[in-house]
Amino acid sequence: MSAAPTSSAVEASLTALAVSLRGVTKTYDNGVMALGPLDLAVRKGEFIALLGPSGCGKSTALRLIAGLSAPSSGTVRVAHHEGPAQPGHGIGFVFQEPTLMPWTSVRENVRLPLKLGGVPKAEGRARADQALASVGLADFADAFPRELSGGMKMRVSLARALVTDPDILLMDEPFAALDEITRFRLNNDLLTLWRSLGKTVIFVTHSVFESVYLSQRVVVMTARPGRIQADIRIETVEPRGEEFRTSAAYSDYCRRVSAALAPSYSGQSTL
Amino acid sequence: MNAQAPVIAKPSPAQRAMRFVLPVIVFAAGLLAWELVVRIKDIPPYVLPAPSVIVLTLIKDWAVLSQSLATTLLTTLEGFIAASIGGIALALLFNQSKWVEYSLFPYAVVLQVTPVIAIAPLLLIYLEQQTAVVVCAFIVAFFPVLSNTTLGLNSVDRNLAGLFQLYDASPPQTLRFLKLPAALPYILGGLRIAGGLSLIGAVVAEIAAGTAGAGSGLAYRIAESGYRLNIPRMFAALLLLSLAGIVIYGVLALVSHLVLRRWHESALGKEN
Repeated sequence: MSAAPTSSAVEASLTALAVSLRGVTKTYDNGVMALGPLDLAVRKGEFIALLGPSGCGKSTALRLIAGLSAPSSGTVRVAHHEGPAQPGHGIGFVFQEPTLMPWTSVRENVRLPLKLGGVPKAEGRARADQALASVGLADFADAFPRELSGGMKMRVSLARALVTDPDILLMDEPFAALDEITRFRLNNDLLTLWRSLGKTVIFVTHSVFESVYLSQRVVVMTARPGRIQADIRIETVEPRGEEFRTSAAYSDYCRRVSAALAPSYSGQSTL
Repeated sequence: MNAQAPVIAKPSPAQRAMRFVLPVIVFAAGLLAWELVVRIKDIPPYVLPAPSVIVLTLIKDWAVLSQSLATTLLTTLEGFIAASIGGIALALLFNQSKWVEYSLFPYAVVLQVTPVIAIAPLLLIYLEQQTAVVVCAFIVAFFPVLSNTTLGLNSVDRNLAGLFQLYDASPPQTLRFLKLPAALPYILGGLRIAGGLSLIGAVVAEIAAGTAGAGSGLAYRIAESGYRLNIPRMFAALLLLSLAGIVIYGVLALVSHLVLRRWHESALGKEN
């Protein structure tokens, strides 16, 4: 999977890469090695799932890509529209929890990234409304987060991540806390959004089924320190829908991914 | 049983009315008993004045008492404003730098745990009387504002903080759009305590100052009436102080409710 290509090949492929990690490790202050060394290349427009046992450093990898923390060694490269400026603005981040500001309206929550970036208020509000419409919440712009259901809050969180029109969407187990029905609906909506917007998505999950259903590539990670165990390409008829979820190919992929994941769980407690 | 549940969860108007009516009935019954005991036992007013006498005194001495009330309320207000600004500002300073917090926090605690009644005579030596009284009110009231605001600023959701970092928020933006709103319920809680405490601080300082000589606040009136055995006036002044305390608390609670009602659990009511 990640056999080192020649350096000229690396340079050539970098243009098409949205994110590349080279020999990245992360060691926390208390000496715990959380990650790596990790090599990962994500092409522009690709939807990949990072799958692994809890505590394997999936979220750490995501935070490194987002620039929320710095790697202990190795390099993290993230491509931006044009020019190297504006770190962060090319990235949208969806946390495990909705992470909304409870003291203000849904519209203001979605407008936040624009407000922080100095976008004028009127334009910001218009773009926030547009982002809310794209996740089907146009009617709830004036509601407060506490008035929404768990699934709706997650949609608001997604709208906020999309409002800056980022190239890369990082999602950290976003639907893990939701019930299965809501989760399936949001999975489908996310796929629809991804197809229409053409963004690069890195989706962290601990659900084999979710990873296979959503992504073009499932990257299976080992237990701590997280390294890549397997890199499995999911090839099926696009666009995917409910029929894929019940197909033989789907359960076949799930079995392969589960098998790749099994060594991480054997012989140790992952609690 | 199940069908009844919503009715039980949400108090009916009659139930809510009883929450106000019952304490009033208890209060009235207490007053009546007091009045009866004084009249039946024929207790002289300089030992225990009847409620009716206290009310009459309040009306008769209104000119003096209202002026004293105004003085005490002004002192309380000045102490409260100083405590609010000082407490919040110091908490913001602590939040900016751990070193400042480590250096100064022990002294804030020392100020808090030293009884203000013991500090007041010293302050009266070094400061002009009115200033000393306000400083006393400030000392008593600022600590809850400081500690609550500090708690609030440290209670910011980690992921929200990460989000602000992701979008390159400047420190002033983070303060204004994230830290202060997140700390607001805590700050308001601190202010609610500080309101009552600044009244206490003002009264304590007035009593200390009163024994030293001049002064015209309600506490001074109480001390002065005590020396003159004008017990009805003592009670009347005490009544005004209680009422002032209740009003201060009520106003601050109302402000807190109005500010937080759209989003904070504390202001949403139990039926939600």
